[in-house]
Amino acid sequence: MKKLFFAAACALLCCAFVFSCSAYEHEEYYKGAEPGEVLNVFNWGEYISDSYEDGMLDVNKEFEKLTGIKVNYVTFESNEDMYAKIKNGGASYDIVVPSDYMIERMAVEGLLQKFDVESLPNYHYIDEKYRNMYFDENNEYCVPYNVGLVGLIYNTKMVEGTPDSWKIMWDEKYAGKILMIDNPRDAFAIPQKIFGYSLNSTDEKELSDVAQMLIDQKPLLQGYVMDEVYNKMESGEAAMVPYYVGDFITMHDVNPDLAFVYPKEGVNIFVDAMCIPACAQNVSAAKKYINFMLDPEIGICNAWYIGYASPNTGVVNNPEYSDYAENKLLYPDEESMPDTEYFHNLPQETLDRFSALWSEIKVAGSNNTHIYVGFSVVGAICVFSAVYSAVRRKKREYWYDFPKQ
Amino acid sequence: MNKSSLTKKAIASPYMLWSVIFIIVPLIFVVYYSVTDADGAFTLDYVRNIGHYRDIMLNSIWLGFVATVISLVIAYPLAYIMARSSLNVQRTMMMLVMLPMWMNLLIRTYSLMIILQDTGIINTALSAIGLPRLKMINTDGAVILGMVYNYIPYMILPLYSIMAKLDHGLIEAAEDLGANKLQVLRKVVLPLSLPGIASGFTMVFVPSVSTFYISKKLGGNTVSLIGDIIEMQFKSSNNYNLGAALSLVLMLMIVVCMAVMNRFASDDDDGGVLI
Repeated sequence: MKKLFFAAACALLCCAFVFSCSAYEHEEYYKGAEPGEVLNVFNWGEYISDSYEDGMLDVNKEFEKLTGIKVNYVTFESNEDMYAKIKNGGASYDIVVPSDYMIERMAVEGLLQKFDVESLPNYHYIDEKYRNMYFDENNEYCVPYNVGLVGLIYNTKMVEGTPDSWKIMWDEKYAGKILMIDNPRDAFAIPQKIFGYSLNSTDEKELSDVAQMLIDQKPLLQGYVMDEVYNKMESGEAAMVPYYVGDFITMHDVNPDLAFVYPKEGVNIFVDAMCIPACAQNVSAAKKYINFMLDPEIGICNAWYIGYASPNTGVVNNPEYSDYAENKLLYPDEESMPDTEYFHNLPQETLDRFSALWSEIKVAGSNNTHIYVGFSVVGAICVFSAVYSAVRRKKREYWYDFPKQ
Repeated sequence: MNKSSLTKKAIASPYMLWSVIFIIVPLIFVVYYSVTDADGAFTLDYVRNIGHYRDIMLNSIWLGFVATVISLVIAYPLAYIMARSSLNVQRTMMMLVMLPMWMNLLIRTYSLMIILQDTGIINTALSAIGLPRLKMINTDGAVILGMVYNYIPYMILPLYSIMAKLDHGLIEAAEDLGANKLQVLRKVVLPLSLPGIASGFTMVFVPSVSTFYISKKLGGNTVSLIGDIIEMQFKSSNNYNLGAALSLVLMLMIVVCMAVMNRFASDDDDGGVLI
């Protein structure tokens, strides 16, 4: 894989030399930025090609070179983190990249602004099946950036056989070697699928069942992780984790013992898309940036670097990308396609329930007897020493006063 | 009002302004958020439901307390020896104490995680010489180690500065009057260094109780502290009101702990209390 990748990268580099004068399509679209223009981008961590190594491109630098607009690039770890920042107006961004259900929620709450999505010169590259999706039925708010599925990443040296069910994450044999994903929607999705519930259930009882199952799992866990998952899985510290397929491809390059499976109960599928928040200050630059990300040359660098599936036909149909495009995990065909379900936005009541249950899960399971014993011992020592010193002081006063008596 | 007190006021004003903007006003916000709901209406629900988090709060205070006591036990003899050494040695030792603080706390904690984990340096070395692997990461012990490691300079510095100022004549006088080494320590050095112990205790205890990064990395997010829960309310749950209520209660508990501590540090002058 590495070699193939390298060869492809070299090929790309040669192409880049040959066509170096007109690297990007529709260059005239990027003209006309005023000096000192700034663009604030808020994206997921590890979600853009950011270096020139191995024939890749530093996408933000390329954009700056092309347009003269300075890019401020900031990252977040989860949809909920990003939402909290935007909602509270702590900072103003010109581009955010939420996932499907979060786009739905932010659009409803008026946190996103409409723009003429289809007029972007490179929009025609977006695959038909990723247009007019349920979270943006009229194509007003967003341009898809990546598509992905959640599956089970496991270490073949540590796990016996080929797991085919999420239930393995409750197997006591692997106690202390299991990692869980550290955000409520993704974590809840796994018991939901085991029970056969919908990922978008609002049923009180179903949610409690799911939370109880996660509490039961807690003693077996090594921890809840997001971006640390790379370190823990690549080093063989943990045996399994439910995570995104694109990240598996990146990890597999480092540790070939890792394998990936779509459990039979079903998995979550998601689309992350670029949006312009309502608080954006530089909409024209934001549109240029979104268009730039759709450029096949940039798209292919990102797709290689991130390892997620691309909704961009200019990338998927590119022969240089074929080893990725033929990967059945990344681009499942009808036969290898697992049962999938998208997340939808949930009513506020259910969201509140979610975060209350999530706190409960995080709090659960601390055994506190030793703490009570500890505090009583400390208390006893304090009382004893206070009494002891009071007695001594009395005695001393008695002896000091002795001659006078 | 005379001129010198005017000058004093003028000199103090930047700090007064600073503390109003960055201490008083944020505190008011914490109180405000903790007694209102998401729509800004008055409610005591959040504060009343804090009992739900009692265990995790006790756990945080306990781990912080243990870490502070361990820091004290390690730092006290070190500070004493440092203060008794020649000036050159003092300078070098001070430098060694400060050196880790030049690095960021996050990096120090992250590297501890890599050292302690199951495939980390210690376990790799152990299994290379045929010994069984130890379970170190994701335990209370790892979290305490992280707290001690990160905050021990704050214990050493106040102890050292008190001991360096300690009049050596007093120790000699005690020895002249027939006190042995232990008695000198108990009856002279310890009582005189109590203010240092008190301020070191505060400076280690408070950040340890409210930490979240250390428990996240070294406790694997399964050993949760109250700081983790508070961080979660602000960062992802978007529940500022509960977060503020938790912070407020935590603050009050720390104040109570410090008050008890200070009573022990100041009310007694015969030194028989803390040992």
